[in-house]
Amino acid sequence: MPNVTITIDGQPYQVDGSKTIIEAARAHGISIPHFCWHEKLSPAGNCRICLVEVEKMPKLAIACMTQVTDGMVVNTKNERVINAREAVMEFILINHPLDCPICDEAGECKLQDYAYKYSQGFSRFVEDKVHKPKRVEVGPRVMLDAERCIMCSRCVRFCDEVAGEHQLQFVQRGDRVQLTTFPGKELDNPYSMNVVDICPVGALTNKDFRFRSRVWEMSFTDSVCSGCARGCNIEIGVRNNEILRLTPRKNDDVNSVWMCDHGRVETFKHVNAEDRIKAPKVRKEGTLAPVGWDEAFAKVASELRSFNASQVAVLGSAFATNEDNYLMARFAREVIGTRNIDFARHQHGQDDAVLIRADKTPNAAGAEAAGVKPGDSGLSFDQIIAAVKEGKIKALYCLEDDIAAIPGVREALEKLEFFAVHATNHNATTELADVVFAASAFAEKSGTWTNFRHRVQRIRPAVATLEQDRTMDDFAMSRWDKFAAHNDKWGKGPRRDARPSWKIVAGLAGAMGTKYKFSSADEVFGEMSHKLEPFRSLSYLKVGTKGTPLHTAPVTA
Amino acid sequence: MSNDTYLKKSEEVRRKDLTFWQRLYFPEILKGMTVTIGEMFKPRVTVNYPEERFTPPSSFRGRPVLVHENGTERCVACGLCSRVCPALAIEVQAAETPLDKERFPEKFEINMTRCIFCGFCEEVCPEEAIIMSNEYELAFSSQQESVFGKDKLLKSVEEMKPRLDFLRAHR
Repeated sequence: MPNVTITIDGQPYQVDGSKTIIEAARAHGISIPHFCWHEKLSPAGNCRICLVEVEKMPKLAIACMTQVTDGMVVNTKNERVINAREAVMEFILINHPLDCPICDEAGECKLQDYAYKYSQGFSRFVEDKVHKPKRVEVGPRVMLDAERCIMCSRCVRFCDEVAGEHQLQFVQRGDRVQLTTFPGKELDNPYSMNVVDICPVGALTNKDFRFRSRVWEMSFTDSVCSGCARGCNIEIGVRNNEILRLTPRKNDDVNSVWMCDHGRVETFKHVNAEDRIKAPKVRKEGTLAPVGWDEAFAKVASELRSFNASQVAVLGSAFATNEDNYLMARFAREVIGTRNIDFARHQHGQDDAVLIRADKTPNAAGAEAAGVKPGDSGLSFDQIIAAVKEGKIKALYCLEDDIAAIPGVREALEKLEFFAVHATNHNATTELADVVFAASAFAEKSGTWTNFRHRVQRIRPAVATLEQDRTMDDFAMSRWDKFAAHNDKWGKGPRRDARPSWKIVAGLAGAMGTKYKFSSADEVFGEMSHKLEPFRSLSYLKVGTKGTPLHTAPVTA
Repeated sequence: MSNDTYLKKSEEVRRKDLTFWQRLYFPEILKGMTVTIGEMFKPRVTVNYPEERFTPPSSFRGRPVLVHENGTERCVACGLCSRVCPALAIEVQAAETPLDKERFPEKFEINMTRCIFCGFCEEVCPEEAIIMSNEYELAFSSQQESVFGKDKLLKSVEEMKPRLDFLRAHR
C-alpha cells in the first residue's frame, strides 16, 4: 500500500495506508490506549477504550479498526476523546472487583495503569457488583478469575489464531458474560500460558507463579530460554536470588512475543533445586565429597596426564554456551591433544508449527560452530561411546550434559577408568563421575547460545553465585537487592560455589601448565570472533539484546 | 579571590548589658525559685519507670502489629506495607489459603532494628491488618531477636480495639 499523509494531534505523518489508526500512531510513538487490540492478534474492537476523534466522522471511531486514509485528521487527546475514555473506563470498572491487593497482575496490570491515566479517579457506582466464579482451574497451568475479566477476548483470539486450538469462548450476555471452555475440556494447549501475559487484567494468572511474589519485588534480566533450539527470548524474574518465573520477551526474528509452557515452567526449576552441585566434588571411597577448586583441578590434571591422548575423549555440550564449548575444544586439542571430541544430540519428538523444536538443546548449532566436532580421524559421539565400551577410551571429560540418561550410554560409562564432568545438578551422569565440577546454570552466567537458525543470542546472569556480586557484576537489581545490608535476612537467597564452564576449563588448563588468560565470557567470545569463521567480527555489543545471525546462518529465515 | 567571601570575619556578638535589677542578683534567684517551688505543687508528668509503666493514648505509634480475628490474620499478603516501608523493615511471603481472601502471609517479618515507627504500613494497608500498637518496650540482646515473626506480631482485634477505633475516628 502507498503511503498516505494523516494528521494526528495537529502533526502530519507519512504512514502506510494499509494500517489502522492505532498501528500508524504507534509507528510514530503515539500511544492510544487499548485493551483488546494486540499487535500480534487480529483486531476485535470490543473494549472501546481506543476511541479517537476523526474529523468529518459524526461519532468517535475506534482506532484499532479504522483504516487510515489520505488527509485523515485524528485527535487522540481532545476533550471529547478524554470524556469518552473516562466513560469507557467507568463502564469497565463497574463490575471489576477491588482485588488488586490479592491479584498477581497488580503492578503490571493494564487496567490498573489506565485507571490512573485515563479515568476520573472515583466511582459513582454504589450498587453491588456482579459476582462470578473465582479460582477456576481453566487449565492445568492457568487459573481464571471470571470476575476480573473485562471481556477483551485476547485469550480467545490467541488460542484460535496462534496456538491453533479453539479452547476458550465467551458464554452468556450482558454483564453475565463469562469466559469458559467447552464442558469437560480445558485450556491445555502447549502455549496456554501466553494468555496470562496478554490478559490485560488479572483474570488469567500463572498457576506456577501464583502468589509467589509481587512483580515489583523482582528484578528482571534479559535472557534466552534453554528449552529447545528455538531460543525464545525471555525475561528472568528473580527475588532473593531465586528464579520465580520466566516470561517471553519480544523478538520478531525468533519468537514474536510468545513462548511455550514447557519453556516457561520446566526450564528454570533446576537452578533453585536442592540437588544443585553446590561446590566441586571428588569421589573418595565411593562417595562424592565436596573439595576446593584447586584440589579438584589437581586431581583431574594428574588423572588426565596418566593416559595417552588417544585414550582420552572430550565431550562438549549443546546445553553449554558457545564460549564454554570453544574453550573446551581448544583445551582438547591443545592441552590433551585428542581428536576425539564431539557432543550429544538430544532430538525428541517433532518440530511443531509454532515454536517448539525437536532439538531440545539451546545450542547444538553453536557447539558445532565453536569447534566441538571430531578432528581428522577423531571419534564422533557414538564412536566414543562404542570405544569406551571396548575399553579403547579410558578417560572421558564431559561438559554439562546428562549423557548417562541416553539409552545405552550408562553401561559404557561404568567401564571408564576416569570420568570427569561439569554439572549443575546431581543426575545419572554425576553418579558415575569421579570428579564433578560445579557448573553455573544458564541463569548464573554470561555467554551466548546459537539457535537452530544460527542466530547468536546473549544469556545474562540473573542469579548470583559465590564468585559474583550483584552490584559489581552489573546484574539487574530489585529494590531489595539494592538496599540489602549484610545482616538482612531477606535478599540472602542461597549462592552456590559454581563457576561457568569456560572458567573451569581455563582453571584446569592452568593446572596442566597452559595459561588461558580470559577474565570474562566477553573475552572468550572476542577470541572466537578472531579465530572462528562463523563468529568473525562479532562481539557482545553486536549481539545486543536480540541476537545476530552467524555468518553461516541460512540465508532464508 | 572567591574565597574572600567565605573568610569574612563574622560579626562580633555582644550580649546586652544586665539591667540594674539583674545585677542585684537576689531578685533573679527568687524568680527562679518561685518557678521551682511552683512546680512542686503541680501534678507530676513523669512516672517511676520501670516500677510504674506509662500507657500511651491510642494515637501513639508503638511497634506495628498484625491484627487477627479469631486466630485468622486479616492480612492478605498484598505486600503494600513492605513496598511503602521507607526503611525496608517488612518482609512478606504470600501463599494460598482456601479461605475467601485467597492469600495469606506464610511469612511476615518486621525487622525492628530497621523500623522507624512512621506508620506508613498502617496507612497503606487495605485491610486494616497492620496497625501501630501502644508497645514501646523494644530491647534486644541480638540482631536475630529483633526480627519479629508472626508469633510476635499477631494481636487479637479485641486487644487492638482502642487503636482501631482511633483509626476509624480519624480517617
